[in-house]
Amino acid sequence: MTHSASILLSVVSDSFLRPMGSIADAQREHLIRVVLLTLIAVGPVFIAAPLILWRYRRGNAQAAYRPKWNSNKLLESLMWGVPMLVITLLGITLWRMTHTLDPYRSLSTDPIRLQVIGLDWKWVFLYPDEGVATVDELIVPTGRAVSMHLTTDTVMQSFRVSALIGQVYAMPGMVTEIHLIAAEDGEMRGMNTQFSGLEFWKQKFEVHAREPNDFAHVMDQARNSGLSLTPEVYALLAEQGTADEARPNLGVSKDTPLRFALPDKDLFMRVVARYHTGKPVNAPSQPGSPSYQPSCAVPPPADAPLYMPMSTHD
Amino acid sequence: MTDTLTGNLTWDSIMIVKAIKDPNFNTIITANAAAMIPVGTVLIFAILTWTKYWKKLFSEWITTTDHKKLGIMYVIFAMIMLFRGVVEGTLMRINQAGALDGGMLSSDHFNQLFTTHGTTMIFFVAMPLIIGLMNFVVPLQIGARDVAYPVLNQISFWLTAAGGSLITISLLIGEFSTGGWSNYPPYTGKVINPGVGPDYWLLAVGLSGIGSTLTGVNFSLTIYKLRAKGMRFMRMPLFVWTSLCTSILLIFAMPPLTASIIMLGLDRYLGFHFFTNDLGGNMMSYANLFWMFGHPEVYILILPAFGVMSEISATYAAKSLYGYKSIVAATMCIAVLSFTVWLHHFFTMGQSATINAAFGIATLLIAIPTGVKIYDWLATLFRGRIRFTTPIIYLSGFFILFTIGGLSGIVLANPTIDFQVHNSLFLVAHFHNVIIPGTLFGMLAGIHYWFPKSFGFRLLESYGRVTAMLWIIGFCLTFFPLYPLGLMGMTRRTVDYMDPAYQPYMFVAGAGALCLSAAFVGLLLTIWRSIVHRKELAVPLGDPWDGRTLEWWTPSPAPEWNYAVLPEVDAIDAFTLAKERGTAYAPVDKYTDITLPPSRYYGFIVGLLAATMGFAIVWYIWWLAIASLTGIVITVIVYGYLPQCGHVIPASELAEADESWRRRARAERGISRDEETAVSNQGLACPDLIPTP
Amino acid sequence: MTTTKSNYPGLNLGAAHGDDHEAAETAIFGFWIFLMSDIVTFGMFFAVYVTSALNTAGGPGPKDLFSLTSVAWQTGFLLVSSVTSGLAVLNLKHEHSQSQSPRKWLVFWLLVSVLLGIGFLQQEVRDFIDIAHKGGVPSRSAWLSAFWSLVGMHGLHVSVGSLWCLVIVMGVLAQGVIQRWKHAIMSWAVFWHFLDLVWIGIFTIVFLRGLV
Repeated sequence: MTHSASILLSVVSDSFLRPMGSIADAQREHLIRVVLLTLIAVGPVFIAAPLILWRYRRGNAQAAYRPKWNSNKLLESLMWGVPMLVITLLGITLWRMTHTLDPYRSLSTDPIRLQVIGLDWKWVFLYPDEGVATVDELIVPTGRAVSMHLTTDTVMQSFRVSALIGQVYAMPGMVTEIHLIAAEDGEMRGMNTQFSGLEFWKQKFEVHAREPNDFAHVMDQARNSGLSLTPEVYALLAEQGTADEARPNLGVSKDTPLRFALPDKDLFMRVVARYHTGKPVNAPSQPGSPSYQPSCAVPPPADAPLYMPMSTHD
Repeated sequence: MTDTLTGNLTWDSIMIVKAIKDPNFNTIITANAAAMIPVGTVLIFAILTWTKYWKKLFSEWITTTDHKKLGIMYVIFAMIMLFRGVVEGTLMRINQAGALDGGMLSSDHFNQLFTTHGTTMIFFVAMPLIIGLMNFVVPLQIGARDVAYPVLNQISFWLTAAGGSLITISLLIGEFSTGGWSNYPPYTGKVINPGVGPDYWLLAVGLSGIGSTLTGVNFSLTIYKLRAKGMRFMRMPLFVWTSLCTSILLIFAMPPLTASIIMLGLDRYLGFHFFTNDLGGNMMSYANLFWMFGHPEVYILILPAFGVMSEISATYAAKSLYGYKSIVAATMCIAVLSFTVWLHHFFTMGQSATINAAFGIATLLIAIPTGVKIYDWLATLFRGRIRFTTPIIYLSGFFILFTIGGLSGIVLANPTIDFQVHNSLFLVAHFHNVIIPGTLFGMLAGIHYWFPKSFGFRLLESYGRVTAMLWIIGFCLTFFPLYPLGLMGMTRRTVDYMDPAYQPYMFVAGAGALCLSAAFVGLLLTIWRSIVHRKELAVPLGDPWDGRTLEWWTPSPAPEWNYAVLPEVDAIDAFTLAKERGTAYAPVDKYTDITLPPSRYYGFIVGLLAATMGFAIVWYIWWLAIASLTGIVITVIVYGYLPQCGHVIPASELAEADESWRRRARAERGISRDEETAVSNQGLACPDLIPTP
Repeated sequence: MTTTKSNYPGLNLGAAHGDDHEAAETAIFGFWIFLMSDIVTFGMFFAVYVTSALNTAGGPGPKDLFSLTSVAWQTGFLLVSSVTSGLAVLNLKHEHSQSQSPRKWLVFWLLVSVLLGIGFLQQEVRDFIDIAHKGGVPSRSAWLSAFWSLVGMHGLHVSVGSLWCLVIVMGVLAQGVIQRWKHAIMSWAVFWHFLDLVWIGIFTIVFLRGLV
């Protein structure tokens, strides 16, 4: 519980109503724009309904009564026309914003590359260019674009950092993408939003946006932490449970952040490749299954014969 | 290991045994819920024996093929399941009110609760309610004696009941799925979830899904072919139009669900790889298949409610429906468009921006006809003389609340925003916001409206209005707090949470849930007290509301044969026209014998065998599964050979019943709308005012 | 030239059948509507098949498993049985406006259609066993799962259709060519043609496309 409490004390933002990056900011503005536009079409209902219900109640003898009046060309054109107009405007802004804020759209030519593996019930972040891995802790340099490739090793999950970008699904054997950029230093929270089992509600992680020097310092620290995310350690980590519950298995004390050196830059692709060897992944080898055994679940070697990993992107 | 005789069943599968072996808060709640099943069954059997109702139960209800009785049975079934659904929802809300850093329910219990809550409410409350209302009303409104295939209709009901029995028995024996009402693999695949839960879901939803598909076939055929003479398409009442569109949606939308269930079943039982992680399985196919069903499904849920709104706004404002052609066109647009939007349920699954945007725009388009309909109902009330009956209170709540739900739908239609609020409480708030003020209010309004036609007496207005207010207030308290919570980032399906900022909202939502429970009790009280006072509330002459459409042109309760002589129409609102011309209760020249469909055990046997087969498949009791399936095949074949003679109602009996009704209607004084809720309302209407030009 | 109004799609019984022709309107139209739902079900299996077409996961593919000869035989069986079912319905229309007319040709053509259907099924089962022996079991890959379920779903429909036809034949022999059997034969014939149509889809999308 102390780990989650520490998230709480330092969280600055958990929501796009308090955006910490340009994308979340744009999403917030879009929300306001959409609501205001739609109010043009629905506002009349909020006003007209109480008025009509009151004025034309049976007790009100002064109100006109036209029992056979059932059509009027002007009213018809307004009823169909105004919503059509509003929807057209909404449609135009939807098309533009969806393309502008496409999670797959790269934000710069020189992003920092990150990889994300969702497990039951923790997130593993790999920084292959830095040779670092962290668990339940996403550390990004402020002001620099981050390009993330995501997968999971259990079931369908959804990776979300509200303050920065929103979410994207992550699926076993497949790779999805999302790009983000933090505008200011700060603490945020991210989580899995796609139900994945008993402790799904605990599958949250801290997001630290640090200025580049700080970021480099943290990376350095991780490389020298004494912990190393080898495939065998990864298989242990993949056992069901939260990061807190994994600490004893890894010999890490309760409050130490889970930061590892990453000796194998191909670990991410090996995890994806687990599902493309042409051999079945039975229950003991499948992280997340009740009969999972870490010894049966070391990801296949980088040179194992494979079939193309699937991207969900068209 | 799997035993040949009893499959995977063990004593520990029974929830009561489990609670005895391992008593804790969660197992005890579960055991109590489970105990309701044997206790309830014994109680019902006892009451039936004590009142000596067994014979009548079988001859009048279990073997009936009469659409009116089947409609009533669907609604009663839905009410029983609504009790369970409300309890589950209330439990979840109360848990979450106190769930900061750990609530009263275990994660496993909560996960089953949200799954059974969603599954029960959609498949075993909302669907039976709308199908029940369609069953009762449509043949009457088109001036027919029954549906095209009465026996198929019966089979549909018993298949739905079979599915319901499976989700009910899962309370007592075994457990239910924890994968949500959409049951996504690979979480619900064999590797991650080898237990019986997902199998119960597959069989319960699959069986009732087949029943619903057959209903779609039956009702679209009925509306196409059995309309009264002169009732052209553009003279049909709006409820019939929406039932027609709903039936077409059922025909096209249920098969994807059946297909996805078969495929997931093959994955779980025979090791296929449709949706598995390995060997080429693709879980995205499940998402596509399920939502290809799931989106039209929600339009199946809402269109009949829209139909009810059309009927009651015209009737209770004593005015003809505004914009008939527009509403019909809008209904058909909604039906067609509903097939083009399914991807908006998984914008976040990694599609390209162009695909997401295309489906987003398609989703926006549906808002246009929906908006038109709301304007049209307001225009119907405009310059009318509105009576604030219970149905109109539901309609009033609907106008404001459903529109807010539509607004949140437009917000969600934008992939940009959906990336933030997908799977959050904002989404939960949105869909409850359209289902409760939409479907539920529509169905409750419809029940109040057509209750006198089914049972011969009105429901008490006093109780009805209070109950309606409780539903409205309860809904607002429970679900409006979820909007800000979703925007603040709170995710759905979470048993507990860690952010204290959520708690005040959760308290309000918890209080709201208690209000909704009170509303449900109010519903039961309304029905009970009305039964007690049924003599004062009786409206035997059949037209308590000064109705406009054909169903009011019969006595109440509607006789077995619906119409002694099938009506002929020459306009919309044919009954109102007849009343204006003074020919509504004129004597009839000639009565002829009519033959009504026979009572059959067919549907009941098929349902019973289907439920048994489902249970056997869940527990791997293969001999029983094969025996039940064989039994179903044999039943179908045997009934194929049995003579199809119905029972004949002789012309003399028709003449006697019909003439006495018409005579009394001609003789008595009709009441004005001022006396609508008085004892003097015997179901005969005097036109309200002379309409001014 | 006088033509009887056509009450529903396909071959109509005609005015000579009196009430049976009138009543057939609802019955056959209803069956067409049911077939709409069946088309969608098959459509879903086709869609999943097409999206799984490349997911052989290193296992055997169409070229390793399919035998075009066998498929040609199956197609032949089904197409001919469609023709004979048509002959049965023509016989029904022209020879059976009274239930007392001799039934032997009607029964003959119906039985021939069933036999051909069973021939199709037998060939298909042999095919499946053969494919399984070569390692093409449905649990090997997503493509194989989709193949077995799509083709199997069609085979299940043909089995049900064959059983249905036998039920009809026994009914006709025991009770004569009364209204219910006339409607049953017309519905069954539409069903049988529909299965032929689905087979052409399978033949093209599964077998031909797989082998190209």
